[in-house]
Amino acid sequence: MSGMSSMSGTSTAATGGHRKSKVGWNLLGLFVFVTAGFPVYWMLNTAFKPAKDAIDPDPSLLPTGLTLSNFSRALNIADFWGPVGRSLVVSLTVVVIGIFVGMLAALAISRFAFRGRKVVIVGILAVQMVPLVAMIIPVFLLLNDLGQYDRLTGLIITYLTFILPFTVWTLRGFIVNIPRELEEAAMVDGCSRTTAFLRVVFPLLAPGMVATSVYGFIQAWNEYLYALMLMSQQNQTATVWLGNFTTKHGTEYAPMMAGSTLMAVPIVVLFLLVQRKMAAGLTAGAVKG
Amino acid sequence: MSAADTTTPAKLPPARSAPPPPLVAPQPPGRKRTLSGSAVPWALLAPCLLILALVLGYPLVRLVVLSFQKFGQSQLWGFQPAESVGLDNFTEVLGDSEFWAVVVRTIVFAVTCVVFTMVIGMLIALLLQRVSGWVKTLINIALVASWGMPIIVATTVFKWLFDSDYGIFNALLSRIPGVDMIGHNWFASGPEGLAVITLLVVWGAVPFVVITLSAGLTQVPKELEEAARLDGAGAWKVFRFVTLPILKPIIVMLTTLSVIWDMGVFPQVFVMRGGHPEAEFQLLTTYSYDKAFVVNDYAQGSAIALLTVLLLLGVIGVYMRQMLKIGDVE
Repeated sequence: MSGMSSMSGTSTAATGGHRKSKVGWNLLGLFVFVTAGFPVYWMLNTAFKPAKDAIDPDPSLLPTGLTLSNFSRALNIADFWGPVGRSLVVSLTVVVIGIFVGMLAALAISRFAFRGRKVVIVGILAVQMVPLVAMIIPVFLLLNDLGQYDRLTGLIITYLTFILPFTVWTLRGFIVNIPRELEEAAMVDGCSRTTAFLRVVFPLLAPGMVATSVYGFIQAWNEYLYALMLMSQQNQTATVWLGNFTTKHGTEYAPMMAGSTLMAVPIVVLFLLVQRKMAAGLTAGAVKG
Repeated sequence: MSAADTTTPAKLPPARSAPPPPLVAPQPPGRKRTLSGSAVPWALLAPCLLILALVLGYPLVRLVVLSFQKFGQSQLWGFQPAESVGLDNFTEVLGDSEFWAVVVRTIVFAVTCVVFTMVIGMLIALLLQRVSGWVKTLINIALVASWGMPIIVATTVFKWLFDSDYGIFNALLSRIPGVDMIGHNWFASGPEGLAVITLLVVWGAVPFVVITLSAGLTQVPKELEEAARLDGAGAWKVFRFVTLPILKPIIVMLTTLSVIWDMGVFPQVFVMRGGHPEAEFQLLTTYSYDKAFVVNDYAQGSAIALLTVLLLLGVIGVYMRQMLKIGDVE
């Protein structure tokens, strides 16, 4: 909170002139930028610097050199592409099924009036609120009984239930923003309900669906606890793979940061692409409510 | 809950009275019969409900059943049938002083995380309105990057930042004259270690709060703030009496969500402590996990998980009310 001092400084400056106060706020803003961004910067910095510079008790804050050796070490420490491949298979399958099933459900609760609609909505919202950690014991026992322990299918079904409530709720938000009149007009012109949906609603919904899919993909990709518990060492997924850098002999930090970079960069980029859309979808109507 | 009851009745009735018409109305015109037929929506919902029932509904029931049984290693492998033991698991858990220490620790931890997240988030959101465009862009990039970081990666990075020998945090502290923190182990004591974990959680949670609040702030009518200012209200009063009431629904939503998320913190502690959190680091989530998968007492682990859910029920209630209000708008 060292920003406090500069904040009081700017409030006195505000009486002086507009430009002066802006400078104060900007300095405070830069402080926030540096603080919030530092962990990411330090990850990249460590990943690209020579491994021996990483174990300097008085490290330089600036890059000391550029090397990719940490990355090659990270790729060799344990099989990298196997876990990444498994994570990809799981996340993509979850997203494809999740979006399809979720879309049907979202249509039902947003475009139909039927008895029990409210109960379903409350149910879907409530289910989302159960802490996932609390469910690990029974889910583990269930998959154990079904012979799905250490199987990708088991992990896929499990992730599907984590992603579905959220997918349904978000898609519902996107659907209600599309005027019902568009569909009705198409139906007056002779379309059936299904073709009206496919030709009119679906194209308008596509951006929202893409954003929701990407978000669901990220969730599935990032999940750790269930991946750790439900899969054995040989079948580990990408998040669990990161644990390989710590052995009894200590932690190899520079390669670990390289591994972290490999894991984080694609996800952060995906996230950058969709976050604006998602934030809008999540909070749509919140103020008006 | 009661606070919400007293402030919302003015808004609730219209929302409540809105839904009935569509429920009753759809009958008259023949063309709309397919719209009102309830078979279609249920058919559309069926796959979704089926999946949820199988992997969430059933385990939830199983969780409750388990917590009233004796279920250990031999029951897991099927050597012995699981038998009911009534409330034994609960009396044992509730009678254990360690459990209460964990409960208190979890609540203190979660409350600290939520308060810091909300206050810092609000301050940054307000700051974003006052900085130049390029600073705003920089802050947004940093925020989205930290928001998008996988929790596991973030935890790993923080572990490195706070490493006792080569961590940058100790090195930076030691540059202050008279301070020597090289070799200081932040995880030697529970409170210090949990403070680092709090920092990690807050760092990861602030971006969502800032971005949501920023979106909310753009909806606050400029004229209202202007009018208050002309009437002589200072910056604080404008915020307290104009901005804050308008943002209230968002704040309630964010706070309840944060409580739910922060009470469920698991990988941060688990990975930070190398998969074996010490007694001083145990939160309800790791404690339940430990009882189940380390001590192999699945029944007691379930009882603890169930108690955690019960503890959260009030907060979940407030969140659901808010979400349903939003859901009812159309």
